[in-house]
Amino acid sequence: MPALEVERLARHYGEREALSEVSLRLAEGATLAVLGPNGAGKTTLLRVLATLLRPHAGTVRVLGHSLPDDAWAVRGRIGLLGHEPLLYRELTALENLRFHARLHGVGEERVRELLDAVAISGRSAEPLRTLSRGMVQRVAVARAVLHDPPLLLLDEPNSNLDPAAVELVAPLIGACSGRTRVICSHDPAGALGEADLVLGLRAGRVALAGEAAAVEPAQIAELYR
Amino acid sequence: MSGLATKQPRSARAVREQPMLSTVAALLRKELLVELRTLESVPAMTLFAVATFVVFHFALNRGNVEGDLAAGILWVTLLFAGILGINRLFVADDEQGGFDAFLLAPVDRSAMLFAKVLTLLAYLVALELVAVPAFALLLLAPPLGHALPDLLITLALGDIGVAVVGTLVAALAVRTRARDLLGPLLGLPLLVPVVIGAARASSPLLTVGHTGVPAARWLLTLALYDLVFGLITFALFDFLLED
Repeated sequence: MPALEVERLARHYGEREALSEVSLRLAEGATLAVLGPNGAGKTTLLRVLATLLRPHAGTVRVLGHSLPDDAWAVRGRIGLLGHEPLLYRELTALENLRFHARLHGVGEERVRELLDAVAISGRSAEPLRTLSRGMVQRVAVARAVLHDPPLLLLDEPNSNLDPAAVELVAPLIGACSGRTRVICSHDPAGALGEADLVLGLRAGRVALAGEAAAVEPAQIAELYR
Repeated sequence: MSGLATKQPRSARAVREQPMLSTVAALLRKELLVELRTLESVPAMTLFAVATFVVFHFALNRGNVEGDLAAGILWVTLLFAGILGINRLFVADDEQGGFDAFLLAPVDRSAMLFAKVLTLLAYLVALELVAVPAFALLLLAPPLGHALPDLLITLALGDIGVAVVGTLVAALAVRTRARDLLGPLLGLPLLVPVVIGAARASSPLLTVGHTGVPAARWLLTLALYDLVFGLITFALFDFLLED
């Protein structure tokens, strides 16, 4: 069973078409890189897959469940790492993760393990607003995988992270994590390097689709032209 | 990372919905922690109420109001102070992604409604702990002591109404661009029955030489309002969180 099956998905905001005729299929454990210029519909696609936006046309199946009807069955099995860290600035890293752990029924031990894994334990008692962007992003990574989701939806996951931090979070959200992943990125070379499939969007429509290894640099250049 | 591994494949694991009580407790704890750190709502509400009583004190050029006038001043001031808290109720969730995080969790959406109503109730109680004594000191003619037990019942019923309708209105307004305007515009008309019921119930308690109790029919009106709007809010709230 594929982890993701999308057929002729459409989504609009008022009169503006954000996604149109988008289809994709992703096997369990595989990685899909979603590329495209600003406003191409990458984030909208991620939010539809995350059950946060309803599809307006087409069919979407996530982890075997049809959206939006079975969205309740998918929630709690998705890890979303978006532009916003989805964390409260006035709370500490520990308080934020504890809060999310309670929502997902995850124990304190897992919270401590993840704080260690993202090397934030030493500053876990400080409000997030006092931490650097990179540190907040590491806490956001811990938040996204707190409930050990089989599907990760990652929007620019390495933004604000230095190379050492990228290595640090790789076991949690990298290819070696063993999770099915959808990665939106403005770094085509980096995204293609760790993807099995690629989906290029332009103005909400599919402009490029196929195996990542077979994509030519000229196709990428054309996508962003 | 060995401690993070699990024996069952991730994709095969079922997700259990989290118990309502623990979800409400987690949300309420988060709300109160954020308010304690930011002090954005309760101090503003309290200062507004006390400042309004001072303005009334000098504008009316008297320090001893009673009856309908006293009840009206008290409840209108509490309502406007409450609007300040209502306007801020969902702002942290909206601005910091709390809605998305909550919507991605396997929890009953109504948990957020209960947590927000309890949060607003806590704000109103904190407000009244300062505002009611300040009102008695600055404006009220009769001593408050003997009327206090009955007044507490009226305050409780009024607060529940404000908290329930305030949560509904705040949830409606928060995702609009004009949320600061929409909150009062929607909230004030809906809360007029609360002010009428609570002021009429409080009036006999704030009269010099008062011996009676608040009119039962006004307390009943408040209780009925709370029940009806509680059910309406419960029925609508999930849809307000959806896309």
